Amino acid sequence: MTKAAELAKMGEVLTNSQIGGRRNMVINGGCQIDQRNSGSEVIPANNDYFIDRFRYNASQASKLKVQQNAQAISPPEGFSHYLGVTVHSNHTVASSDFFFLTYFVEGFDSAHLNFGKSTAKTITISFYVQSSVTGTFSGSLLNASENRAYPYTYTISSANTWERKTITIAGDTTGTWVGGTNGRGLMLTFSLGMGSNFTGTAGQWNASDDYGATGENVKFVENASAQWKITGVQLEVGSQATPFEHRSFGEELALCQRYFYKTQSDSTFDFFSNGVAISSTLAYNGLSFPCRMRSAPTLTTSGDLRNYRDGGKAITGIAINHTSTYFCVLECTSSGGGLTAGDGNLFGANNDADAAVMFSAEL
Amino acid sequence: MIITNAKYNKDQDNRICSINCVIDGQAMSVPLDPDNTDYQAILEWVAEGNKIENAD
Repeated sequence: MTKAAELAKMGEVLTNSQIGGRRNMVINGGCQIDQRNSGSEVIPANNDYFIDRFRYNASQASKLKVQQNAQAISPPEGFSHYLGVTVHSNHTVASSDFFFLTYFVEGFDSAHLNFGKSTAKTITISFYVQSSVTGTFSGSLLNASENRAYPYTYTISSANTWERKTITIAGDTTGTWVGGTNGRGLMLTFSLGMGSNFTGTAGQWNASDDYGATGENVKFVENASAQWKITGVQLEVGSQATPFEHRSFGEELALCQRYFYKTQSDSTFDFFSNGVAISSTLAYNGLSFPCRMRSAPTLTTSGDLRNYRDGGKAITGIAINHTSTYFCVLECTSSGGGLTAGDGNLFGANNDADAAVMFSAEL
Repeated sequence: MIITNAKYNKDQDNRICSINCVIDGQAMSVPLDPDNTDYQAILEWVAEGNKIENAD
């Protein structure tokens, strides 16, 4: 790039106010946060989240596996983490099939783009990607109703080599887009093999549920043992891809916890919260979330949990008794008894460092 | 999304406060929040003719 071109680009960036303040609308774009799996490889089911904020979608089960820092290769310069997808069982993509990753931007965070209005802003998506398979891949940007889509393509020309890809999209001036709410503001997809029922012409807005582009000539999932890796995902206002916005680990984790929170055991008998015994078998344990969650969250658990006072009582049943977006009361049953109504109670892991309670308010 | 064993849960004041169920093989407790995507999925499942069991 010539000096004049560099200056022109810098001027455009300044004009579009892309510098100063937070630029990247994608949380965990650097793939650092993996509360659910802590770096372990998983074979996700359709609609499963894996690394924080990224969701898996597939019409066929058990075809792909995902892992933070899969195959332990070197990430791009300046990054410590990436997401790796590996073909677990290759599958020929039929017209009705779909395999893709999704990132949802919350409406509160995308309302300023003015999509659906004449003042819609241009945005730029950028990411670092590599694959063992070369050719043209695709993805798309959609609204919450999935009836407005802007498919895009990108080409990987050199196998297993990090490349930064940039897609600039003129904002949609029509269609219905969620404004400043806690709903789905934007849906960004990365195709890993899209059937023709879900592809559309790239580089334009289409009134359909195109999760990928017709120009996609790599059906990733069809290639046995193939690998695809991504990091540095950024979505920003303007027509230029600025350098990836690195945030601190603590800040990125806090942003993720609006959507998913997992208690962490640092020892086999760690405690998560406290409460009160209601009867010999039941305790109510209160737990504050680290930040206000997007919605009242769904509760799931892993490992062995216990109520504790003068010894641990294994928990055999757990449910939400009350929850808001910032606090919940968990109904924890120890069917073997041993609690005393009115006594204080501690709630935590029962000789299990993997024990956890998890709260999901994903989009 | 496969939903099974959906059953209402009551709080200490005998009010329905959540739904215990299994979604795609994962046991979970879902709050009655219209913004919660699992609750939205349960409502769609009910609209298809399925039933949530009454609380004990």
